[in-house]
Amino acid sequence: MQRQTVIGRGVRVVLLTLVGLFFLFPIFWVLLMSFQTNQDILRIPPSLVFTPTLENYGALISGRLESTAGVLEIRFMNNLMNSVILAVSSVALSLLLGIPAAYAFARFKFRLGEDIAFTLLSFRFAPPLLVLLPLALYFQQMGLIDTYIGLIWVYQLITLPLILWIVRGYFEDISEDIEHAYRLDGNGWFKTFTRIAIPLAKPGIAAATLLSFIFAWNNFVFALILASADKQPVTVGALAFVTASGIQYGQIAASIVLSVTPTLLLALYAQRYLVEGLSLGAVKG
Amino acid sequence: MATLTLDSVSKVYKAARGRPVTAVDAVDMRIADGEIIGLLGSSGCGKTSTLRMIAGFEDVTSGHIEVGGRVIDNLLPAERNIAMAFEGYALYPPLRVRDNIGFALLRDRQPRAEVKRQVEEIAELLEIVPALDRYPPTISAGQQQRTSLARALIRKADVFLLDEPMSQLEPQLRAVLRARLKDWLITRRMTTVFVTHDQTEAIALADRIAVMEEGVLQQFASPDELKERPANLFVASFIGEPPMNLFEARVDRSRSGLGLAVLDAGGARAFELRFDAEVAGLADGAAVHLGMRPHRLRLGDRAGAVQGTVTSHSWLGDQTHVGVEIGGTECIVVAEGEVPARLGAPIAVEVPLRAVHLFDADDGRALFHGSEAAS
Repeated sequence: MQRQTVIGRGVRVVLLTLVGLFFLFPIFWVLLMSFQTNQDILRIPPSLVFTPTLENYGALISGRLESTAGVLEIRFMNNLMNSVILAVSSVALSLLLGIPAAYAFARFKFRLGEDIAFTLLSFRFAPPLLVLLPLALYFQQMGLIDTYIGLIWVYQLITLPLILWIVRGYFEDISEDIEHAYRLDGNGWFKTFTRIAIPLAKPGIAAATLLSFIFAWNNFVFALILASADKQPVTVGALAFVTASGIQYGQIAASIVLSVTPTLLLALYAQRYLVEGLSLGAVKG
Repeated sequence: MATLTLDSVSKVYKAARGRPVTAVDAVDMRIADGEIIGLLGSSGCGKTSTLRMIAGFEDVTSGHIEVGGRVIDNLLPAERNIAMAFEGYALYPPLRVRDNIGFALLRDRQPRAEVKRQVEEIAELLEIVPALDRYPPTISAGQQQRTSLARALIRKADVFLLDEPMSQLEPQLRAVLRARLKDWLITRRMTTVFVTHDQTEAIALADRIAVMEEGVLQQFASPDELKERPANLFVASFIGEPPMNLFEARVDRSRSGLGLAVLDAGGARAFELRFDAEVAGLADGAAVHLGMRPHRLRLGDRAGAVQGTVTSHSWLGDQTHVGVEIGGTECIVVAEGEVPARLGAPIAVEVPLRAVHLFDADDGRALFHGSEAAS
């Protein structure tokens, strides 16, 4: 028995290491690349030994990229700011609309309720490119093309269904009697919603917020078509490093590292709530 | 603290497909101020639906509910001044037990010291003092249930609704708390409706018991009345432990007094009973259900006793349940103390008139209670 456990433990360690390597290696490689010059990156065979340089980050932050073909202006910091504005506002709007809607779908049975909920989910089925062409034309007429408002609106296609469906499940898991008890204690339904339902669904709301933030942050195609350079997020902005004089791998790697950092920090921060949610669920009487 | 009246209250659930389901069917109840009412019935009989309509979580399909003479059908739960202990406890997880119990009082801006005193008083009553500073998910189910009960009892409400208030407790604790709870309710004149499927609890706590089945109120009467004069066959078979012995029988009026020919499962005559009592009604040859309370039957070979054989025998420490086969029918007799009876031995069972109940063979309504004729 003892031998088996030792072997079992060893196998587990090996397997976990393999899985870890598989998922973490690309990130690790990108991190290395971001400290290398283009020459180091393109060297064959690739080497782990190089002189680290902060040139890539410097260029991104100062916005001036000096290459053999001359000085290239890049708006990376501007793009990063756009990403933050777009992701944060569209998630905030989705939370504002989606949480009350999720509560309504979870608690009240009304005509066409299921159909409406499903229609909202079905927005995620449509291929974005199919929607985008007509949308671009309408947006042009309405003057919404190349505006934050227009983009945030379109981003609702990504974030709203996600928040709605995840949070709805959490609301459905809350015992209705807790809300009933609160209402009998002399509170109206709105107070019950804000004081009981939302706090109890917090882990779910945190998970949905995180997920929809990542989806919004990573979106590429909506902003590519509906926004021009000064409204574009990092995902689209990184295209600028594919220049006439070559592909700036070093800057691309550095920009990836910089643009992944906010989501990563958010995920680490939200993890606390996610874990708390899971453990609360496990001991729920 | 107020009267509660249910005036022909019905609840019909509309099904998406198929026929609507009538969960509660024209229930009438007039509950006096300070009265303790037990709602008794099997699962799905409409007792919880009734409670939820009183609390305001379900609409009343037809009829009216009044509290203290005020119609409350269209009031929000918050406006009804009703306290409820939920079957699933429904405690607020982020609040300590202490704050859960005092929640409504703190919300009404009562002074903290006073709330603390009241919370501690009720925690002592229900034996949850050690749990006061813990959070609901970390305490046992029994403690959670008592917390939920305490949260309801501490309020100054017009009506108190308790849904299975002690189902999770150990038998000893339940017996102790039952007595304390009753005392608490009586001294404060709290109008209470509690749901249970434990008839011992209903009988011990309630002034009157409402027996429900399939949404219909079968009988609403004191525990004694339910035992002595069950309104119909359902109440007779539902109330009492062990349950009433039931037989098919035929009235025999060929001689004076009341004669009963008891039939076995095949419809053949199993045994006969004859009583020297003047009983009105009950036509000769009428088919009836005969019910006999096990506690009212006696073992002993006096005149008029029926002869049978012992088929089972269980000694419960204070009484003996003896199963007797009489002419192909089975019946249970409860005897005080220990009865030395061997399986298969012959035994005589006396059937006094006060053990006898007769019910209509078609609709089950009560026709005759021996206790009325005997007294």
